[in-house]
Amino acid sequence: MSAATSHAASTSHAVVEPAESPLTPESWGKLGMWIFLAGDAVGFGTLLAAYGGMRATSADWPSPYDVLGINLTAAMTFLLICSSVTMVKALEWLGKGDRSKAKMFLLFTALGGAIFVGCQAFEWTKLIREGLHINGITGHALELAKGHGATLFGTSFFIITGFHGLHVTAGVIYLLSVVGVVSRRPDPAASYNVVEIVGLYWHFVDLVWIMVFTFMYLL
Amino acid sequence: MAGEHKHPNYMLIFYWLAILTVGEIGVVFLPHYIAMSKVTVGVFLCAFAIVKAALVAMYFMHLKFETRTLALIAVTPLTIATLLVFVILPDAFFVDHKTANLEPAAEAPAKH
Repeated sequence: MSAATSHAASTSHAVVEPAESPLTPESWGKLGMWIFLAGDAVGFGTLLAAYGGMRATSADWPSPYDVLGINLTAAMTFLLICSSVTMVKALEWLGKGDRSKAKMFLLFTALGGAIFVGCQAFEWTKLIREGLHINGITGHALELAKGHGATLFGTSFFIITGFHGLHVTAGVIYLLSVVGVVSRRPDPAASYNVVEIVGLYWHFVDLVWIMVFTFMYLL
Repeated sequence: MAGEHKHPNYMLIFYWLAILTVGEIGVVFLPHYIAMSKVTVGVFLCAFAIVKAALVAMYFMHLKFETRTLALIAVTPLTIATLLVFVILPDAFFVDHKTANLEPAAEAPAKH
């Protein structure tokens, strides 16, 4: 922020642009993350709306519960909610000035995300072996679907959960890199914004999963 | 500076999220025990999901404590997605070309 202020002072314009973000006075990065998330939410929103449209226009859509099952996914949902809690705890400890506790909770959060992606890999492998593919339903999966073999069911399932899984994977890498930032900056206040911004991303990924879990598994 | 930040009761939010998740799974299994239409289940599930998403956004993402314009930016995608549903819906309910209806038509020319 000080660099931005000195830059603004060195320019000779009569009207100097504000060095502070008008919506998020504490950091420009936070505004940037919110705008990125709004764009990303349009992506997920469009995918889910398209899913609803394809399902409503198909007379052969299987009941997702029959094919996918919800036991593992319910546990994964709970895990992601827990990782959101460790994320807020990390920020809370950093606010109190305890860097090592903040780092520990950031690592817990990353671990939660890694386990989530691992469970998803297991789930995908199981479903693909049963016959649910990106281009249709065959074999045992078709029996589970009671013969309802809408091709787009597999397509939309793998694309939407895959797009979300990619976000979780990116989030784990992002979280680990933020652990590095907290380690390098001796002053806890210096990395507070960075941790809050990674938190925004992580909670967003959790929020999207709440929607995906409801619309693709439960409904 | 860091000490000035207000923190909501995160554990309380976590308990609510956990309770609502259990509620969602409960609603899925309820039709086995009491008479409940698919629409009712759907409405309950959507309501639970929206409340959960709102809790995460408002408290975990601190949207409740941000400026109103930022909240508007955050809500815009939801508005767009909702509008998109209404754009797609007519195709599902008012146009007679569900995949099942197409099948006999596709078979008919083959008999010639």
